[in-house]
Amino acid sequence: MIQEIVINGLINGSIYALLAIGFSLIFGVARVVNIAHTALYMAASYFIYLGFDYLGMSSLLAALISILLTVALGLVCYQLFIKPIREHESAVLIATIALAMVIQEIFLLAFGGNYLGVPPLATGYFMLAGVKIANQHLLVLGAAFLALIGTWFLLMKTRIGLGIRCTAQDREVANLMGINVNREIMAALGISVGMAAVAGAIVAPLSVIDPHMWLHPLTMMLAIVVLGGLGSIKGSFISSYILGFTEAVVVFALPMGAFLKGPIALSIMILVLLIRPEGLFGVSFEEER
Amino acid sequence: MKKSCFLRGVFLALTFCVGACFPVWGAEPIKIGVIGPMQFTQGEGQWNGATLAAEEINKAGGVLVNGAKRPIELVKVDSNEFLSIPDATNAMELAISRYKVDFLVGGFRSEAVMVMQDIAMDNKKIFMGCGAAHPQLCERVAKNYDRYKYWFRVTPINSKFLVKVDFLVLDMVAKAMAKQLEIPKLKVAVVAEKAAWADPIVGIAQQSLPKMGMEIAGVWRPSPTATDTTAELSAIQRAGANIIFTTFSSSVGIPFAKQAGELKIPAPLVGINVEAQKDGFWNATGGKGNYTVTVGTYARVKIDDKTIPFFDKYEKQFKEAPNYTAGTYDAISILKHAIEKAATLDADKLVPFLEKTDMEVAAGRFVFTKDHDVTWGPGFITSVGTQWQDGKNMCVWPYNWEDLTYEGTVPYKLPDWVMEYYKKK
Repeated sequence: MIQEIVINGLINGSIYALLAIGFSLIFGVARVVNIAHTALYMAASYFIYLGFDYLGMSSLLAALISILLTVALGLVCYQLFIKPIREHESAVLIATIALAMVIQEIFLLAFGGNYLGVPPLATGYFMLAGVKIANQHLLVLGAAFLALIGTWFLLMKTRIGLGIRCTAQDREVANLMGINVNREIMAALGISVGMAAVAGAIVAPLSVIDPHMWLHPLTMMLAIVVLGGLGSIKGSFISSYILGFTEAVVVFALPMGAFLKGPIALSIMILVLLIRPEGLFGVSFEEER
Repeated sequence: MKKSCFLRGVFLALTFCVGACFPVWGAEPIKIGVIGPMQFTQGEGQWNGATLAAEEINKAGGVLVNGAKRPIELVKVDSNEFLSIPDATNAMELAISRYKVDFLVGGFRSEAVMVMQDIAMDNKKIFMGCGAAHPQLCERVAKNYDRYKYWFRVTPINSKFLVKVDFLVLDMVAKAMAKQLEIPKLKVAVVAEKAAWADPIVGIAQQSLPKMGMEIAGVWRPSPTATDTTAELSAIQRAGANIIFTTFSSSVGIPFAKQAGELKIPAPLVGINVEAQKDGFWNATGGKGNYTVTVGTYARVKIDDKTIPFFDKYEKQFKEAPNYTAGTYDAISILKHAIEKAATLDADKLVPFLEKTDMEVAAGRFVFTKDHDVTWGPGFITSVGTQWQDGKNMCVWPYNWEDLTYEGTVPYKLPDWVMEYYKKK
């Protein structure tokens, strides 16, 4: 049973990590609480469906185009709705909720409330320690680790990453030092939305596409980033796996209560916050920055 | 003067001719409100079924009421009941007070339909249920006839009978497993979404399966909106289940079937999976839902002379097979039949005629029970068990049940990977 819990925990955690890292990044850099993050993840899933089912593209091509389209959509939304009110954090929060609802209603009008599906990028399964793992799940696992390594590399080893970190540390000083703050924020936003789009492209074939699919991951993602410490990428990554493993344990230990996996995971978040209100890595990340 | 008299005469003659040739045109329409979650497949099915019925009736001249043929006018009422029950009550109020409908068909979520039912009853409007299965909806008729007599259920069958069919289909699969794979005692994983309607089914399964000679491998209750059920599937396989008995009405039915197919879990899926009744299931699961068995209302088999023509017409017009909510087609046919017999639209006068309904509709021979529910059993509405076989949702039950096999029914097929798994063992 242990091996099943470990493998399923890793899979659950990886799916959440893909979403939470992107969310944390844009919060850390621009202080934007982007509630529409999972709505963009949903948009990517719908774009794949559109490309594959309506335009007859291969699933890989549809996935690539959907990622580009979603990034473009995210940047346009930022320019139009978030940038003008960026200095007012609560206004941004409300605006992104509204934006997510608008995206939901657009897809509801366009595709109805039907449950749709797209084919996986990798079919079949493979056995590990006597447990069957779908190849698509392996892709999720790989993508989550790549996303973390890629983000770390980008932030720590590239010039653009340096700019982003400077902006995150002190926007005004960064501006005075000649850093194009707007460009850095746009770059961070592009990466953040890109990760939501990658999550959509990889997770959509495992799940169902419907106009409300953004709500459940949003709850989990917010719980993860709060647990990990708002803005901490490392914290988000680790918290994703904590909640992922908790869910897997619940299913195996309490099969009759499998539906409680979400609430139990959220309860753990509350317990941790009671002991450490800033989240697991809230303070340490502040210092790192 | 002469000229104006002549023109008046011509005008009157023309009016008479037009009226005589097209009696429906001038007559006041009978307004039927089709109420349901219109942004979702269930609502679409309700609207499509009603549209087909109304088109057929209007093409044939309309509904004969007191010697005059009156057309049917449908009013689409979006209840949004999946997301909000208050929206559903508002929609019902709107249909009655603003659109002034004469009759109502539809409703889907039992919790929402209960409230909608009360509003319809307050206004003495005949409401033909085409979606909710909860027994209480009809028990109310038995308990308080004078208030609830305007309610009639057309589809689906009462959830008590739905459970009966569910277990009959499970029994068919169990027998196939035992016979073809020579498994002495089958282990069944009971997987039911966490919803009120599924609770009694889990209870009955826990009591009945041992009596049916099967062992329970475990009970799993995922969330109705779960998107990843890999952990549940791993646990089910670990428990050594030979059959997975499903009870799903929500989206979880898709990822569960899809992931079970992708991982080739060596246990066939059988039970209720509302999503598997729909044509979109095949695409939504990317074909991985092959061999999934579900209980349903319609299949392209000859239940009676009306089933296949209805099925084909529906498929041709709407490019998909009808799901059970398309029973609005039958509801409107039943309503027309009663109106023509009663020669009135008065709800109080119509009720006794509806109660005497005994006619063939697309779902089979339709007779209301005393409490205005669907009569279930051989010779009446039985429902069907369908299985996805290589992209087609085929009828597999009833198959030699009570000497009943509908023309076009095919034998149940065990998934090829299940066969391989047990043969290798």
